[in-house]
Amino acid sequence: MISAAVLRAVASLTRARAAHTAPLAVRCFSHAKVETDEEFDSRWVTYFSKPDLDAWELRKGMNTLIGYDLVPEPKILASALRACRRLDDLASAIRILEAVKDKSGPHQEIYPYVIQELGPTLQELGISTPEELGIHTV
Amino acid sequence: MLASRALVRGLQSGFWRRVSTSSGARAAHPHDVDVLDCSAPQYNNRPDTPWPDVPFVRNLSAEQKKLKEKEKGPWTQLTKEEKLAIYRLTHELSFPEMNKGSKEWMTVLGGIFYFLGFTALLVWWQRVYVYGDVPHTFSQEWVEKQTQMMIDMRVNPVQGFSNKWDYEKKQWK
Repeated sequence: MISAAVLRAVASLTRARAAHTAPLAVRCFSHAKVETDEEFDSRWVTYFSKPDLDAWELRKGMNTLIGYDLVPEPKILASALRACRRLDDLASAIRILEAVKDKSGPHQEIYPYVIQELGPTLQELGISTPEELGIHTV
Repeated sequence: MLASRALVRGLQSGFWRRVSTSSGARAAHPHDVDVLDCSAPQYNNRPDTPWPDVPFVRNLSAEQKKLKEKEKGPWTQLTKEEKLAIYRLTHELSFPEMNKGSKEWMTVLGGIFYFLGFTALLVWWQRVYVYGDVPHTFSQEWVEKQTQMMIDMRVNPVQGFSNKWDYEKKQWK
């Protein structure tokens, strides 16, 4: 048996706090700019194209690139292979090809595609593939 | 104190190459080669870090140095064997060699079964020689009387014990 006056007072209180519902359209995602694939590729190509790249930077770059959840584009790999050539490091160049095959995992069509795309570069620089050297199997 | 030091030296010269890692122990064994300096970069075979901090072979022989010199020229002039040798100087294992498994699991599983079996023998011996007699309430006679009493008491008449006894025919259903 609450009096009508009390009820009206309560209603007015709640009505005064009316407009505090959250806007439904805004969601809590980050507003950071997402890098496109092309930007990512060109950033890495530029990294390996540095003329005075030293051996540490090459190793660091490649280890980082292999750490990502992707297989690098042939153009990045070509840039890295040329960096190996500038540093007189054939072993690293062959390792790059091995690492690409390892990164592809179950997707067995990636590695032949990459080798095909890198064909001119490999021939020009004289880099043998792991298959040619016989280290593709145990 | 003296006795323990003598013991350490005796063990070092006897069975173990190093017992303690203190510099005192190392000084006592100047011929010991494989001292691992964990503060310096090390080589490792890891598929997730394909380019380790240092090459596998650091101290190159004269022949290997010549090969490295040839590497500075055009790579088209290297033979396959030379390229392979250059690769193996920097990397100990190739990817397939790194990723291949071993048969160690068979040894582990075999060891587990062996020791389980040995434990079973011990448990069996214990059952025979350590445990005393079972209580008299497990004897055939007692169990018969017990069962009859349970049937008379109507133990678990709905879904359990007495439900399985046919009271008209006086036998198990």
